[in-house]
Formats: sequence, C-alpha cells, structure tokens
Amino acid sequence: MRKILLMGNPNVGKSVVFSRLTGVNVISSNYPGTTVEFTTGYMRIGNEKVEVVDVPGTYSLEPSSRAEEIAVEMLDDSIDDQNTIIVNIVDATNLERNLNLTLQLLKKDLPVIVDLNLWDETKHLGISIDVGELEKILNVPVVPTCAVTGEGIKELVDRLLEAKAMAYEYQEEERWHEIGKIIERVQKVSHRHHTFLERLADASIRPLTGIPVALGVVYIAFKLIRFIGEGLIGYVLEPIFEKLWAPLMMKLSSILGSGGFIHDILIGKIFEGKIDFGQSFGILTTGLFVPFAAVFPYVLAFYLILSFFEDSGYLPRLGVLADKMMHQVGLHGLGIISMMLGLGCNVPGALATRVMETKRERFIAATLMAIAIPCMAQIAMIVGLVGKYGAKALMLVFGTLFLVWIVIGILMNRLLKGESPEIFVEIPPYRIPYFGALVKKLWMRVKGFLREAVPFVLLGVFIVNILYSLRIVHFLSKLTGPVIKNLLGLPSGAVAALLVGFLRKDVAVGMLVPLGLSLKQLVIASVVLAMYFPCAATFMVLVKELGVRDMIKSTAIMIFSTIVVGGLLNFIL
Amino acid sequence: MNEVLIDLTLLKEGEKGKVIDIQGGWGLQRKLEALGIRPGVEIVKVSSQLMHGPIIIKIGNSQVAIGFGMARKIIVEHKK
Repeated sequence: MRKILLMGNPNVGKSVVFSRLTGVNVISSNYPGTTVEFTTGYMRIGNEKVEVVDVPGTYSLEPSSRAEEIAVEMLDDSIDDQNTIIVNIVDATNLERNLNLTLQLLKKDLPVIVDLNLWDETKHLGISIDVGELEKILNVPVVPTCAVTGEGIKELVDRLLEAKAMAYEYQEEERWHEIGKIIERVQKVSHRHHTFLERLADASIRPLTGIPVALGVVYIAFKLIRFIGEGLIGYVLEPIFEKLWAPLMMKLSSILGSGGFIHDILIGKIFEGKIDFGQSFGILTTGLFVPFAAVFPYVLAFYLILSFFEDSGYLPRLGVLADKMMHQVGLHGLGIISMMLGLGCNVPGALATRVMETKRERFIAATLMAIAIPCMAQIAMIVGLVGKYGAKALMLVFGTLFLVWIVIGILMNRLLKGESPEIFVEIPPYRIPYFGALVKKLWMRVKGFLREAVPFVLLGVFIVNILYSLRIVHFLSKLTGPVIKNLLGLPSGAVAALLVGFLRKDVAVGMLVPLGLSLKQLVIASVVLAMYFPCAATFMVLVKELGVRDMIKSTAIMIFSTIVVGGLLNFIL
Repeated sequence: MNEVLIDLTLLKEGEKGKVIDIQGGWGLQRKLEALGIRPGVEIVKVSSQLMHGPIIIKIGNSQVAIGFGMARKIIVEHKK
C-alpha cells in the first residue's frame, strides 16, 4: 500500500493535518520497546487506499531525543519502499528553523512535498513568504495550508504525486548558511503589535501573574472533570447498569440457581435479592461496573481536559512554572501532569509518566503518584466517610499524603542514582484547539484505556473471588493480624478492606463503614488504603510502563512506607 | 554603545542578545541548534522563574524554555 509519512517539527499542526487527511479508523501505537507514540490512519487518493502515518515531531534528522530517533528510524525503514511519500509539514511562522529539517529531508532518496502550514498566522505576524520562489528554489511542490480551517488541504492532496526526491543539493556544513540565503530571498517581515493572545501568553508564564493563573486554571479543570465525570455516571452509566443490566443479571442469576461456584464467579453475592454493583463482586457485575461506570467517565473527562491543555499550548507553560519545585523530587516540570491526572484516576496518571524522558524520572513519577496521589473516586469516599468529623480530620488525611509525597520524593531524588535532565522545550503560542483533532485524540485514548483496563479489572475481580472462596482471605487475616492490630491500630477485619483495595480503592474505603472505627482509625485506614498498593487497573498499567523489576522495587517502597507512616500516625495521634 | 558578554541568565526581561558561544559539548550544541539556538542568532529574553527556575527566550517567532544550568552555558553579547 502506498504510504505517506507526515514529518515536521513539534507544534506545527501535524495532527491537525493528519486528522484532515484521515477518516475514523485511526490507531495509536507505541514504537516497539519505547513509550513514543505515533498514529496511523488511512485516506483515499482517487481509488487508491493510502496509509498515513503521523510521525513523532522532530527538529532534525540528527536526533537528540528518543522520539527523534524513532522518527529517523521510521524514515530510514521506508527508504527502499518505492511507494512512500514524505509530507514535510512546516510552520510558516518559523520558516528559518523549520527549513533545517526540510533541507535534511530533501537529501534523502524519498519524494518530498512541503506543506506550509499555519499560513493564516503569518498575516497576523507581519510575515510574507513568496511561495512560488520557495518552490523554485527547493525544487519540490510547496503548498500553503491552514489545517484548522482546511484551506489548502485539497491542493495538498492534489499535488501529492508531484513530490520529488533528492531535489535540493547543498553542502552539509553550510546548511544554516543555505537556509539564511533562502530566507533572504523568500521571506519579508514587517513590524506589528503584540496581539492579545501573545500578551496573555507572556502573562501566563511570568511567575507573578503565571502562578495565580495556573492555580485558577487547575481549579477550573478539576471542577470541570468532576462535573463531566459525575454527570456521566449519574445520568448515563448508572441508569444503564441499574435499569438495563441488573435485571438481565438477575435473570442469569436465577438460571444459574442463585448460588454455587459459577454463579458467584459470574454474578457474585446477591444482597437481599438484588445485585449491588459495588459489593457483589461477580465478573459480569462488579467486573463490568467498575471500569465502565465508575472509572471510564472520569477517564473520559480527564482526557478531554488534558487534550485541551495540550492542544491549546498551556501544558508546557505549566511545566515551566512547576519545574523548579518538581526538581526537588527529581522530576521535570512536566511531571506535574502525572500528578494532576492521578488525582482523577491513577490509570491516566500512570500512562502520563511517558512524558518523562528518562527511566529514573518515570520510576519516581510513577511511584510518587501511586503512593501519595489518591484518585477522585477514593477522595470522594474519604470525604464522605471522614468529612463528617470536620475539615481538620480531612486535613489530617490529605495533609499526611501531601507530606508523604514531598518526603518520599526528596528521598528518592537523593538515593536513586542518576540525574534528571533539565527542562528544554519549545513553548508554542496559544492556539484554539481544532475540535476535529481533539475528538480523534480523545477517541483513541478512550479506546486504549478500555482495551487496557477492562481485562485487568475483570481478572482482578476473578482473583479476589477465588481468594475468598479458597478461604485465603481468612488465612491472610490471621497472618497479617498482628501488624494490622498492633502497628496500625486497626481491627483485623480491616484486612478484607485492604484486599478489596487491591481491586478498587473506593469500595475498600466503603468497607470500613461496618467496622465502626474511631476517627483516629479512620484517618489511619484512609491513609493506608491510599498508600499501600495501587488498584488493579493502575497496577497493570504500571507493570507495563515500568517493567516487572522496577515495579517490584516500587511496590516495596509503597508497602514499606505505608507501614512506617501508618505506625507513626498510630503513635502520634 | 557598550557590548558586554554575559550568560543568558544575566540578561534582563525584554533585553536582546546575540548568541556568541555555547559552552558545552557537542550534545548540548546539537540540542540547542535543533531549536535554532546557535552562534550568530539574536534572541530576546522573555522571563525567568523564581529561584533559578527555567529561562524563557524568544527566538524568531517561537519561544523556548531552557533550564537554568543550561542557560548559564549560553553566552550572549548584550548591547547596553
């Protein structure tokens, strides 16, 4: 099949061009053995079906990061393939820097066509580019486009087959000099005033104005995520489960004889003749309810807000503001994304550790997030349970977790070998996100989440059931009884909650209710539940992201610090 | 006019400077060059963060955030 590689600098609108060219059938994949993502889709040129690949953004074919190495590999893999066309997407407002990659691409033995994107912005910036002259000099088709409005895309597609290989000769050492000469012949810049968006951009990164803006933005983001998440749960998913699925399950239950091994595995326990999706623990009941009705709405809401943050250009600014603080715990400024995401659901928080460049940073980010960042579902339950004792009680729980985050972060930073690289990132101008690309990205992420989380939650429910049936729970209760009772000051019945917490943290917190705990015990139990181990879905994602060895190390840190902190709390309070 | 050679962290907000030298190895130079930061190029300092946080500069029409340690290795000529 003919293949098109979209190559260009980061932030030039590649994904927008991609979403303009491709249909609904898009897949996001990881380059094997890495955390670098690229997307593939399909389009039609005439009658022909063509594969379109959105290659990771790269500034140069002399790579200085893993993502750039992948881009180069993808390019080299296609060199012998006669059917590949390179669409070099260039930011027309930064022609000089973008031509660096263009000239390198023009030397390769693959046909190239240049897409001069963000064309509309050149007018606002007082830049005028002689497209015809540029095309003459470079000897390949040059098509100005504004991917967001779609202008020029048709011409781009029409001219795809005019792409030429090895079109432009120059000396390697003279590349920047060549670029300078081209710019001089082709581009004119006239003075213009700062636009409002530009002034906003500067304000949002200068610390004095930037920090309040960041706090405000983050607050609004949280509110929105809760709103969308709760809305989806309350108005769409819970009704579907209660009104449609539950009756079906009850029928299945009676078919299976309302009891017995198979019944309990599939449907779980029946409470007063009804299914309780939180407590029944059957694969088809709790196993489906948890990922679809409890977690998915939040994940959707999060990815929506995150995509907006990414595409608008705010994320790198947030990373810059947080960078100094994050370096205290050995992380890059962008690590704050993991933490923020983890507050909604630890699963996207774990996935977001991919933005970190080094293994060390990914380890620290993942461990910190799993230990000290409780997910929204958990937070809700804790607020419900502990909140009635007043704000001070809540401060105890969340304040402790915050302190744990800081202390463990600083400790890991000191003790783990290696250094965290300094921040070095382009800050794109603020742009209004293109809705089509946003929706496509959202769709891909949601698909990915469902594909990854659902099987593992089902597996988790299954395993917990087995553990209960085989009386392993009771055995473990006796085994860990001394630690739980003496060190943590909790009744041995809390073990059941800890076991459930392996699957779902919010359900686990709920299981504390019948235990009749004192406030002190509630605080300790809440903190312990948040810290000791990630929930099944998060655990599975982390194993994938960190690898088994690092996950074992991470888990050891979690369990150890839980015992220490729990014991300390028991002693102090 | 006075021409002073200083490192990027000493440039004040809004001031222009011409990059003269990168005091680092080949890896650093290549990384910076990818974003257009190389000797001969003019940049404008946009902001700095509290307590030796990252430096933001404007180069051409794009902005780049550079860690403090890295910024210290970029020597610019500043016309007072």
